[in-house]
Amino acid sequence: MLDTILQQLIIGLTNGMVFALVALGYTMVYGILEFINFAHGDVFMLTSFLALTLVGLFDLQGASGASLAGGLCLVILTCALFGAGLNYVIDRLVYKPLRKAPKLAPLVSAIGVSFILQNLGLFWGGMPLKVFGGGNQAAAPKAFPDILPAHNLLGAGSGLTLMPKDVLVIGASLVVMAALYGVVRFSKLGKAMRATAQDPAAARLMGIDVDQVIGATFLVGGGLAGFAAVIYSLYINTIHYQMGYQNGLYAFTAAVVGGIGNIPGAVLGGLLLGLVRAYSDQFIGAQWQPAVLFGILILILIFRPSGLLGSTAREKV
Amino acid sequence: MLNVANMSASYGAIDVLKGISLRVEEGEIVTLIGANGAGKTTTLMCISGLHKPRSGQLTFLGQDIVPMAPHHIVRLGLVQSPEGRKVFPRMTVAENLEMGAYTRRDPDGVKTDYERVYSLFPVLQERKTQPAGTLSGGEQQMLAVGRAMMAKPRLLLLDEPSLGLAPLIVARIFEVIQTLNQQGTTVLLVEQNARMALRIAHRGYVLETGTVTMEGTGVELLADSRVQAAYLGE
Ligand SMILES: Nc1ncnc2c1ncn2[C@@H]1O[C@H](COP(=O)(O)OP(=O)(O)O)[C@@H](O)[C@H]1O
Ligand SMILES: [Mg+2]
Repeated sequence: MLDTILQQLIIGLTNGMVFALVALGYTMVYGILEFINFAHGDVFMLTSFLALTLVGLFDLQGASGASLAGGLCLVILTCALFGAGLNYVIDRLVYKPLRKAPKLAPLVSAIGVSFILQNLGLFWGGMPLKVFGGGNQAAAPKAFPDILPAHNLLGAGSGLTLMPKDVLVIGASLVVMAALYGVVRFSKLGKAMRATAQDPAAARLMGIDVDQVIGATFLVGGGLAGFAAVIYSLYINTIHYQMGYQNGLYAFTAAVVGGIGNIPGAVLGGLLLGLVRAYSDQFIGAQWQPAVLFGILILILIFRPSGLLGSTAREKV
Repeated sequence: MLNVANMSASYGAIDVLKGISLRVEEGEIVTLIGANGAGKTTTLMCISGLHKPRSGQLTFLGQDIVPMAPHHIVRLGLVQSPEGRKVFPRMTVAENLEMGAYTRRDPDGVKTDYERVYSLFPVLQERKTQPAGTLSGGEQQMLAVGRAMMAKPRLLLLDEPSLGLAPLIVARIFEVIQTLNQQGTTVLLVEQNARMALRIAHRGYVLETGTVTMEGTGVELLADSRVQAAYLGE
């Protein structure tokens, strides 16, 4: 029993880290623009296609030791940069011209971008690459090879399984989140982001180039999504051009439950969602997952409508 | 130093400023007084570049600032402490001051200015690590003025720094405004508290529904019977 509880803890945490990383991108953009970037989940999806392409390109399947470690670092770095760049370009091309438009215009455009990215994912999956199964059946789920050694770090005899990829997902995510915390808390850019989120007009009066801060926020959020795409793919071993939709909605929910606009809230919401999902699958049954999961999340929102860490206390004026 | 010529501004179809002209010379305290809704805040927002005038000229130190983005205008030394204080509520007092110094590249000068702000408003030093949202109204106003000081303004725009504050705190703020001016900062002060503003100002302008209707030295305006009737409650 204890083993089962601990096992689900590992599963919940690993999944939760992915939700948290994606949720951060939603929440940071919302915090500044009060806008839900519905294409965010698809930046995550499209980057996973890049990750798979690179795994093929670098021939990481079957690699080991230094060449695996080096290759993996390169994949993570490239994917983070790609996610960052893609998110930034989407903002500049689509959202920025609509900054002063009625709120529905950027929202609908974001949904449009989401579909366009899915279309690109479908196209990418149809490319004649070996890792994509030679390009047949573009729409089919693509197997993402298990490139990390698959052995139990706790010993073959243990009732609990902890694989290298679990350690990688949890460890690397924690490092990335700590780095994000440091940037937002201590760097000049991070402070400018917080100031802009709290009062954009006042931030402008301080000489902050708000447009640049918004761009930086899309870069950071996209980078996190790109990183999440690699660890998700390594962990789940399947990617699909529509996976941005469900994962994106889950991560968005996590951001709202944690308190939209609140950075620690997004992490808390993501981990909570991962854990509730894992325990509900184990003890109630996977067929009830959506009902149980969203039932619990709705309950949380009924009692804390601004989310777990969202500000409910009114600030003094 | 600052020259506003024939400036008009509107929100959508509503004309708010109807061709106002005013100027601020280096070293002065100039006040812009007027009733609620006259267009004072709009005037300052146009000067700071957050609202673009529909027509007219705006020059600061000889440069046309109409096409400039707000962050460029701040870099010229034209800095505003906005109406309603607008401190960053979930940032600490020290971080708020740091945001004031955002455009500066002289760490030593910034350090000196922290000391200067803290010595003018010792309560800010006591509350340094507190989120600004937890301060009282008066303390927030001090922070808003201190934050603008951190930008090392050549011309400081102040929008109703006395709004909603107790008389003792208002007196303190006005004292600081005079001190800053004596130390070399030029000030454009927007106020509804006309008496206090005219007392410390070298010159003043009266704004009525988007039009400058009177101008003169502080002393002249204080003695003017129309100003007395309309703004000084006499
Ligand atoms: N953002 C806005 N949108 C529409 N009308 C506005 C806006 N801001 C101010 N106004 C209107 O412009 C006029 C002048 O406002 P304002 O400049 O704030 O005056 P003051 O600062 O002198 O009280 C008022 O009638 C006000 O209702
Ligand atoms: Mg006003």
